[in-house]
Amino acid sequence: MNIFFERKYIIQAILIFTCFILIVRLFYIQVIDDSYFLSANNNVLRKLTIYPARGIIYDRQGKIIVQNEPVYDLMVIPRQAKNLDTIGFCKLMSIDKTEFITRINKARKFSPYKASIFAKQLSARAYASIQERLFDYQGFFVQNRTVRRYPDSVAAQVLGYIGEVDENRIKKTNNYYQIGDYIGISGIEKSYETVLRGQRGTKIIMVDALNRDQGSYEEGKYDTTAIAGEKLISSLDLRIQKLAEKLMRNKKGSVVAIEPSTGEILCFVSSPTYDPNLLVGPERGNNYIKLLKAPEKPLFIRPIMAQYPPGSIFKAVQALIGQQEKVITPESRFPCNGGYSIGNRMVKCEHNHSPLNLNESIAQSCNSYYCWLFKKLIDQGKYGSVEKNYLVWRDYILQFGIGKKLDIDLPNELGGLLPTVGFYDKYYSSGHWKSSTIISLAIGQGELGVTPLQMANTMAIIANRGYYYSPHLIKAIGKDQVKKETYTTKHLVKIDSSYFNVVIDGMQQVVDHGTATYAKIADIAMCGKTGTAQNSHGKSHSVFVAFAPRNNPKIAIAVIVENSGYGSTWAAPIASLLVEKYIKDSISRPAYYIDRLLNADLIHPTFTETKESH
Amino acid sequence: MSNLGQNKFWKSIDMPIILLYITLVLIGWLNIYAAVFDESHASIFDLEKNYGKQLLWIATALFIGLMVLLIDSKFFSVFSFGIYGITLLMLIAVLFFGKYVNGSRSWFEIGSFRLQPAEFAKFATALVVAKYLSSGVKMERFSTKISVLGLIGLPMGLILLQGDVGSALTYVAFILVLYREGLSGMVLVIGLLIGIAFVLSLLFAKAAILISIAVITAILLYNFRRKKKIIPVIIAGAALVATMVVGFSYVFNNVMKQHHRDRINNLVGKEIDIKGAGYNVNQSKIAIGSGRLIGKGFLNGTQTKYDFVPEQSTDFIFCTIGEEYGFVGSVVLIGLFLALLLRIVFIAERQRSSLSRIYGYGVASILFLHLFVNIGMTIGLVPVIGIPLPFISYGGSSLWSFTILLFILIKLDANRQNIVK
Repeated sequence: MNIFFERKYIIQAILIFTCFILIVRLFYIQVIDDSYFLSANNNVLRKLTIYPARGIIYDRQGKIIVQNEPVYDLMVIPRQAKNLDTIGFCKLMSIDKTEFITRINKARKFSPYKASIFAKQLSARAYASIQERLFDYQGFFVQNRTVRRYPDSVAAQVLGYIGEVDENRIKKTNNYYQIGDYIGISGIEKSYETVLRGQRGTKIIMVDALNRDQGSYEEGKYDTTAIAGEKLISSLDLRIQKLAEKLMRNKKGSVVAIEPSTGEILCFVSSPTYDPNLLVGPERGNNYIKLLKAPEKPLFIRPIMAQYPPGSIFKAVQALIGQQEKVITPESRFPCNGGYSIGNRMVKCEHNHSPLNLNESIAQSCNSYYCWLFKKLIDQGKYGSVEKNYLVWRDYILQFGIGKKLDIDLPNELGGLLPTVGFYDKYYSSGHWKSSTIISLAIGQGELGVTPLQMANTMAIIANRGYYYSPHLIKAIGKDQVKKETYTTKHLVKIDSSYFNVVIDGMQQVVDHGTATYAKIADIAMCGKTGTAQNSHGKSHSVFVAFAPRNNPKIAIAVIVENSGYGSTWAAPIASLLVEKYIKDSISRPAYYIDRLLNADLIHPTFTETKESH
Repeated sequence: MSNLGQNKFWKSIDMPIILLYITLVLIGWLNIYAAVFDESHASIFDLEKNYGKQLLWIATALFIGLMVLLIDSKFFSVFSFGIYGITLLMLIAVLFFGKYVNGSRSWFEIGSFRLQPAEFAKFATALVVAKYLSSGVKMERFSTKISVLGLIGLPMGLILLQGDVGSALTYVAFILVLYREGLSGMVLVIGLLIGIAFVLSLLFAKAAILISIAVITAILLYNFRRKKKIIPVIIAGAALVATMVVGFSYVFNNVMKQHHRDRINNLVGKEIDIKGAGYNVNQSKIAIGSGRLIGKGFLNGTQTKYDFVPEQSTDFIFCTIGEEYGFVGSVVLIGLFLALLLRIVFIAERQRSSLSRIYGYGVASILFLHLFVNIGMTIGLVPVIGIPLPFISYGGSSLWSFTILLFILIKLDANRQNIVK
């Protein structure tokens, strides 16, 4: 002990005080401040998204139209991609250094700490070749995804395609989607997105400082499994879909076939088409631009977006309205005279025959007959004025699904053209128009626009003798085979079923010994109507609509081949092959019959002889 | 020794210190195990891992401690200068034959065995300072101050030459010893002032500080213009602070190495860079902070186990304790250290021999400085200075040297009835 022994108290005080400072600081960072805890989780926890497989789509017989194929996205966390052997890596990925730098910078811009895609959709083979060496490259890892695969490469416009979701969509869906998610962009992929997409799962893993997987966090307590999207059963019949696409090769136009009793679409072709596999995989972007710029517009979905004046096939509808309105009976006759004159104008008829009755007028497609009929309906109707009569007539047409959307389960459907009273009042001024002013409508020309889908649906209505179900492409959703309510609602047309027979008789004659005899199928009573839709831009469109068999019809069909002339030349034989294939599952026609259709190139202006028979 | 003698020997040993020592060493071992735990080497006895090796160091340290207790306490008095001389020679030798590790040349390497002489210089210096100050010299005399500063400064300078700023800094601890032995209390105040000036010179531009000093001085001079006696004091004070500011920035910019500058800049909040120099501290704070109140539990720490914290078994071992045992565990550990320090002060004060007392304070001061700087750096109170946490951190040299340091005191204390000169 010495004179300074009291200093021990000061020294003890210093020791205690210093330890107290340490404890206060520890209290602050451990108990008060939460941010360190969160940073620790940030350090060590990685939330991986488990992408669900998209729902598979089958055809009506259970054959797969769309399936999934595993691919591998190479992900990068820029902050961790350090000390990289860039040259070796570029070689492995077969990219050059500038490409490497662009990609890394893009990833860094998104977030230096979060994973973003470095290379999209590597195939299983590409993945295998880099997988073994990936361990050398810190900050890179692989994430499994699935992409669409179309085994038969058909029905591109029906199925549509998927692509990465954009910022707008993410915002609109309240961040349901995340960057990098795939979403249906067109077709069924879009309209059934919520069913097909399934549910994302998450897996939380722990990683060490070098980002190496250290196993799941708390034994997977916070993990969720991915739920695969529901399957869809399409109404399409792959057999005729494939055949139809083949027959329509090198032709512009559409084929739509409907099962009349259900509204299920059996065949839906928009030609020219494309291989849906083109819009999958790393080349998707480039291919998309090519398709977008292609002069034949393969991305244009003709069956629901192209609108044609229906031409002669409209006469069947007119004949039904005429009977229901009681302005004609099956035995009513009108003179032909080779045309219907209005002042110095004339609606020509191709023939000059003695006055025909209703049945014959359809079989021989007499223009004059329908001009007289139209005059009776519009000018001499029982509703008091031309406007009112027109309104009643227009309402009948609407009931046939013409001039309005049919609510098919595809995006971008158009309703067609069917002028309103207001349109003519404005065009000709009110009170200054009557049947003669708008006489083109009588024979399905003029201001009418009907989509191929509407044409096929009209045939379904006639086949059903007066009703239809909205045409649709998906007949059942999920394992419970749910059917949308929209597609189980019967739409009745206010035309007595007894009026249909005479029209159907006429249509059968068209095929049996009328304009479409070339399309006649042995053993099958097919009722049809050829049409030649006038087209101000060139050759007329070849149109043929039909249903078969006459009794208990199984299929209603519309075929349009643009700029190819008469309906009987191209559209009718194509339809007839499809009908036969669908009903009999075989084709009885000789090879040359089929070959002529298969080999014809009606798009590229070459030497194709078009033998126009009538 | 007779049976009775043996009994007496053990009875004279201070058991609380021994218990605290063993507790701390075991805590260290378990936490080294947790810090570098690896499922493929799950045995705590695995000699390929730091935890297995630490067990060897502990066993040998206990053996060395026992040896120290068996040596006659006169030995430490008589040979204090000899031991000091040998460690100085080793410090010089390491400058020529040492191996570079992390930018400093402070290790001897013999096969796979590495030895850091700077660690052993600590107890040698404590011993020699005790020996010198207990030899009847008067602290008030200038020559005494110079001599004792020389004894401390010599090993400190040699260690600085190795490039090991951290170890050199620990010798600052002797200020407490000198204070206890009569050095003016002003040293503590000046020490604090130095610290403040140091931080100021880093935080603000030199010119701004100098101008403020000039302005404050001018105001003071104007206020006290009638009191002739105070004027020289004001001028002298101003000159001192100004010199320190200039001096620090010179040392900071021209003497220190870049990594020291980074660490200090980081501490005072300049150039925040959590990926670069600040990475260690940031990760260490995250590890400790994430332990929250009661911690994540033994082996459940993620930050240390998965290598986010660097040097997690040596200088940053406290992170494991903070993460796995939380605030409660941290307080317990600091409490154990405080108990050890206060016990050492208590022991020092009960010595009849001033050599033993002074040595005791030396032990307390060295341990105290290590404790504060090591834990302080892991929680961002002190710049990152690479010194171990006594008895806890992995490493043979440090465990051996702290054991010798402590056990010499225990031996001296066991003999306190006989005055050791």
